[in-house]
Amino acid sequence: MIVEAVPPPARSAIPNERRRALIKLNNLSKIYRGGTLALSDVDLTVGDGEFISILGPSGCGKSTLLRMIAGLGGISGGTIDWPQSRYDAHGEPIRDLGFVFQEPTLMPWATVFNNIYLPLKLAGVSRRDAKARIDEVIAMVGLEKFADAYPRQLSGGMKMRVSIARALVVKPRVLLLDEPFAALDEITRFRLNNDLLRLWQDQKWTVIFVTHSVFESVYLSNRIIVMSARPGRIIADLPITAPYPRGEAFRISSEYNEFCRITSNELSRAMVGVAEEEH
Amino acid sequence: MADNKTDTTVTASSPGEIPRSVRLLVPILLGIAVIGFWEFAVYYWKIPKFIFPAPSMIVQALIFDLPTLSASLWTTVKITLAAFFIASVLGICAAVLFIQSKILEISLFPYAVILQVTPVVAIAPFILIWVGLDHVERALLILATIVAFFPILSNTALGLKSVDHNLRNLFDLYGASRFQRLRELEFPSALPYILGGLKISGGLALIGSVVAEFVAGSGTGTGLAWRIVESGNRLNIPRMFAALLLLSILGVVIFFSLSWLERILLSKWHESAVRREN
Ligand SMILES: Nc1ncnc2c1ncn2[C@@H]1O[C@H](COP(=O)(O)OP(=O)(O)OP(=O)(O)O)[C@@H](O)[C@H]1O
Ligand SMILES: [Mg+2]
Repeated sequence: MIVEAVPPPARSAIPNERRRALIKLNNLSKIYRGGTLALSDVDLTVGDGEFISILGPSGCGKSTLLRMIAGLGGISGGTIDWPQSRYDAHGEPIRDLGFVFQEPTLMPWATVFNNIYLPLKLAGVSRRDAKARIDEVIAMVGLEKFADAYPRQLSGGMKMRVSIARALVVKPRVLLLDEPFAALDEITRFRLNNDLLRLWQDQKWTVIFVTHSVFESVYLSNRIIVMSARPGRIIADLPITAPYPRGEAFRISSEYNEFCRITSNELSRAMVGVAEEEH
Repeated sequence: MADNKTDTTVTASSPGEIPRSVRLLVPILLGIAVIGFWEFAVYYWKIPKFIFPAPSMIVQALIFDLPTLSASLWTTVKITLAAFFIASVLGICAAVLFIQSKILEISLFPYAVILQVTPVVAIAPFILIWVGLDHVERALLILATIVAFFPILSNTALGLKSVDHNLRNLFDLYGASRFQRLRELEFPSALPYILGGLKISGGLALIGSVVAEFVAGSGTGTGLAWRIVESGNRLNIPRMFAALLLLSILGVVIFFSLSWLERILLSKWHESAVRREN
């Protein structure tokens, strides 16, 4: 960054239509074996370098959507294209992504260090070569003192941070996060929000972030997708045009409040279906 | 770091828990009391020793017949441990094969069940005819292995299948190979199940080797089971008890060794072996 004479333009200055498409969901739908229609007709183009948040009522298929993007669980209808990725011999795209599942999903028999080492180990990287990188991500999530602890010795929030560190350790191009900060206190949450934003800007990641918090989604993303109650479909696609880097000043600005208001309105529209379903 | 250590250095037991010393002491005191009463009763009511020998006579028999009894004990130990080892290796390998291929599992598993549910006493004469005429020990080994095999197979297979599906997804995501999946995910997940299976099978291997020896009969047997039959025929009841005592001790040793192994391997992470403070 230092060597560049002209600073790069603020990232939100790139209009969405000018970004190169990284992931294209066409007419995607998912029916679970029991007959649950979890998603229907989802069309979404994820541009390179975007920070997209997904909001929607519980059970609307957000996790399902993320898992399908990651290639976990079959697709019932439609397609997912990765226009910029190479495809392997089985016709599967080489996705290069990190995934933070909704549950921490740690191996109980392995220490924090070994849990984070897993993706590198599976890729054939030796422990010695991986050490520096693992220590780096452990420090990033503030768990230096717990590298040798087992998951059972950690609190819920600490487990989630291990899971985040594990997703980051491979330096993925795309990061899928399923409510990663739900179990954390506000202060830690704000800190990790800022860390995530900084990393996203430095590393040129593409992030898809599922959350239940309107405030968090507005603070973080350049685009918010609102989904309706089951079957999940996209009912709003809101650009959050505020420039990056964003900080505390943004959090108290009237612009921020306005974005939160618009997003809340869309979300309550999505919730209407839920109320009806319960009657 | 300080937190990590607390639960291993904690020695004070929580209020509801019985301290270790008491847990050891109480059964020992009970044993001494029972043996004392037994000794007393035999003399007081003048129970003939060919019906119910006093503990002191059993100990005498044990010392007097130590050369024969220890040779027999060694035979039984050898057969039991060899059968246990073979059953463990075969059981774990078979379970690994089963989870690799559904076809293999559905075609072979019913036969494993048949082998398990058929009483070993009924199979014994066949095995003895086929391999036991010249090598009784080999027949005993096979029979004890058959008895010990199934719990290891079924427990390991269950364990390998009980992997958390989120962890499976994680391994999918990072493109783990079959072998990596087995070594890094399925085996560690299955370990508590495998150890449970081993604990059952350790006892069964001993039962198998004893039952097989009873069935094999005729003077060829040299293990502890045969000593019991033989002493019974000669109305040498103290020696019969002495052999029985050795068998019990062997069973206890096997059980505690396997429990100890289980604790060592799982103490760091598994709920069954971890001492929790809540
Ligand atoms: N493995 C499964 N088998 C059957 N149905 C499932 C499965 N997983 C999810 N579903 C159903 O699909 C729907 C969407 O689930 P999903 O987990 O994607 O919701 P979500 O939006 O992530 O909810 P939350 O915000 O509570 O995490 C739900 O109605 C759920 O019942
Ligand atoms: Mg979810």
